[in-house]
Amino acid sequence: MIEIQNVHKSFGDLEVVKGVTMNVNKGEVVSIIGGSGSGKSTLLMCINGLETIQRGSIRVDGIEVHAKGTNLDKLRRRIGIVFQQWNAFAHLTVLENVMLAPRLVLKLSRSEAEAVAVKQLKHVGLGDKLKVYPGRLSGGQQQRMAIARALAMSPDYMLFDEATSALDPQLVGEVLDTMRLLAEEGMTMILVTHEIKFAKEVSDRVAFFHKGVIHEIGSPDQVIGNPQKPETVQFLKSVL
Amino acid sequence: MFSTDLTSNDLIFLVQGAWVTIELTALAMLIGTVFGTLFGFVRASFPTASIPLAFVLDVFRSVPLLIQFVLLNSAKSIVGLKISPFTVGYVVLGVYAAALCTEIVRGGVLAVPKSLRLAARSLGLTSLQDTLHITLPIAARVAFPGWLNLMLAVMKDSALVTWIGIIELLRTAQQINTRINEPLFVFFIAGLFYYVVSWAVSQLGNQAERRLQND
Repeated sequence: MIEIQNVHKSFGDLEVVKGVTMNVNKGEVVSIIGGSGSGKSTLLMCINGLETIQRGSIRVDGIEVHAKGTNLDKLRRRIGIVFQQWNAFAHLTVLENVMLAPRLVLKLSRSEAEAVAVKQLKHVGLGDKLKVYPGRLSGGQQQRMAIARALAMSPDYMLFDEATSALDPQLVGEVLDTMRLLAEEGMTMILVTHEIKFAKEVSDRVAFFHKGVIHEIGSPDQVIGNPQKPETVQFLKSVL
Repeated sequence: MFSTDLTSNDLIFLVQGAWVTIELTALAMLIGTVFGTLFGFVRASFPTASIPLAFVLDVFRSVPLLIQFVLLNSAKSIVGLKISPFTVGYVVLGVYAAALCTEIVRGGVLAVPKSLRLAARSLGLTSLQDTLHITLPIAARVAFPGWLNLMLAVMKDSALVTWIGIIELLRTAQQINTRINEPLFVFFIAGLFYYVVSWAVSQLGNQAERRLQND
């Protein structure tokens, strides 16, 4: 379970997240929607400690992420994150990209790591690209590789930070299909996304962020289907 | 008809000189690469804290090599250090190469996108693992052509050690020319030696580069 309590985050004088409280239960899919600069990506980075916070607390399965003694490297094994930029390790093949962290972090043997990597790459539909370098892949394939790379650590949580925003429109579908597959398998996920239709379809809950706070949170039918706040109505009108 | 007093012994002498040039270059590049990589990472990772280091390296980059050779060579005599001019030669060249290599490596490290490091850290890699397995190999791809240029520059600059009495390729050519007085021909041959070595280095470099850019 991820518990976010009154989190504040500033970059210098600019406060980006202004007191956010929300919980994400095991097996739940929560989408965060909202305009750019609303603080949604920043919050995601705070959950696995890639960004620090100024106030409040974030707990993952009871572990305080921003406490001094917390071993972040250890915590991050359990929280996969997929970024807007797919961040392929260009000097490694697709298979090596996915094997790297299991080898280095989980200390698996070469053959064990390879078995895990092959399984996850097949899972995302890249079983035929194992020996290829990422430079030869399309954006959608690279993003699916990034998803497999995160899954190879057997995380308990997956965070998606606008995973389809940098893709050509015709490549968005294949990545969304992979994410949908994970949701159906019961993965706990937080999606920061601009794909409103997709959010409505896969999410258990949707949170609308505006100016660093949650304006509305509830079921997709509530927040997207029947929004109550004028800001939510206006935002949905501008993206749908 | 063309005739010359250049003997086969002279050619052997030239080859010996060329070998000294190659040895100097290899040793200097070894020193330069090890320290340049280290300093380059420090410069890229702690830009403010490493300003004193940058200043020292700047001195070695800016003072003409010839002055550095003569200064260190005289200094070791005054202090009474028992090191050969050859050692002085590759140490000075090595420090000079390190100063230049630092900038090449720094550029390579800064060219690795920050998001790539975040991705590595988010998978649970430690800072050191990220540096060794992600940042270093990707920075190396960026830095390699500059490093190769540096090696060729160091090889040519190594000719300056002749001033502290080391007999390398250029010096052998001068000595042969003093005897047979055929400057055009002798220096043409010496130039050819430099070219052949450079060409071989470039070819090896291109091959290595193709392997590095495996895509």
